[in-house]
Amino acid sequence: MSDRAPAIATHSPGLQHHFSSMEQQIEASVMGMWVFLITEIMFFGGMFCGYMVYRHLYYSAWVAGSQKMDFWWGTINTIVLLCSSLTMALGVRGAQLGQRKAVVIFLLITILFGLGFLGIKGIEYHGHWTEHQFPGLNWAWPGADGNLVALFFSFYWAMTGFHALHMVIGLGLVAFIVYQAWKGRYSAEYYTPVETVGLYWHFVDIVWIYLYPLLYLISHKHISG
Amino acid sequence: MSEHIASAKLYIGVWAALMCLTTITAAVSWIELGPFNIVVALAVATCKMLLVALFFMGVKYINQKMTVVVIIAGLFWLFILLALSMTDYVSRPWA
Repeated sequence: MSDRAPAIATHSPGLQHHFSSMEQQIEASVMGMWVFLITEIMFFGGMFCGYMVYRHLYYSAWVAGSQKMDFWWGTINTIVLLCSSLTMALGVRGAQLGQRKAVVIFLLITILFGLGFLGIKGIEYHGHWTEHQFPGLNWAWPGADGNLVALFFSFYWAMTGFHALHMVIGLGLVAFIVYQAWKGRYSAEYYTPVETVGLYWHFVDIVWIYLYPLLYLISHKHISG
Repeated sequence: MSEHIASAKLYIGVWAALMCLTTITAAVSWIELGPFNIVVALAVATCKMLLVALFFMGVKYINQKMTVVVIIAGLFWLFILLALSMTDYVSRPWA
């Protein structure tokens, strides 16, 4: 009886009782997060597939639409998002080391980069709106094949819009983690939520890593027609 | 904890590589290479994706093999979606 009590007392307070160890607990959470991210890959994958198929079928309309993208804002936003992934990785590293301050500071910088990304995206959206490049609500195309270019812009708004929605959700999650970390909820033994939110943030970054070339780069200098 | 902790230096090195790759892909887009623009752009994007996944997401250090199986299976499924759809459309002479 007497040698049982210490065993109970020494396990980490973060350990949930259906797991046998902290290691098993975080491995299970990380795998669960990856299963979720796979469903996200398939969600975005469908739109990427549609984008590629229609680019193949209506090539000149896709080139004409692509060339309305703002190369510099797109490039700056790519850099902003990659920087946010670095600070996120450093924040998760701080959590692994049990450095509460590092988690809070790096994740706050991540939030700033994320807000910067959305701000720049907002500037771009405003430009497309005033140029009547929103199919359905505010659409006017001076050139040929207006309906096909509208299809391109439908993909543009849907893909970047869902990406931006994921950014907004990500910002909410990171803000929650900052609050919890600031309260001292995490330690070197227990930081699973920091790890899984980090995975989500990097995944959203990867979606943009593919959106950037497909929307902004591949038809940048092509001759339409 | 047996969780691998990567050094801050490594993360900064990965970030520097990502910046270089972004500069390369942005610069190449200013040159007209015909069908090779998309080849270069997607090859660079895939390198960037691998850097983010392997190091920032820690795929390189995952101990649990089942998680690696989940990731590879997911990517293979995406490959089926994209590759089989495109081979269909690309090989239709009437489209």
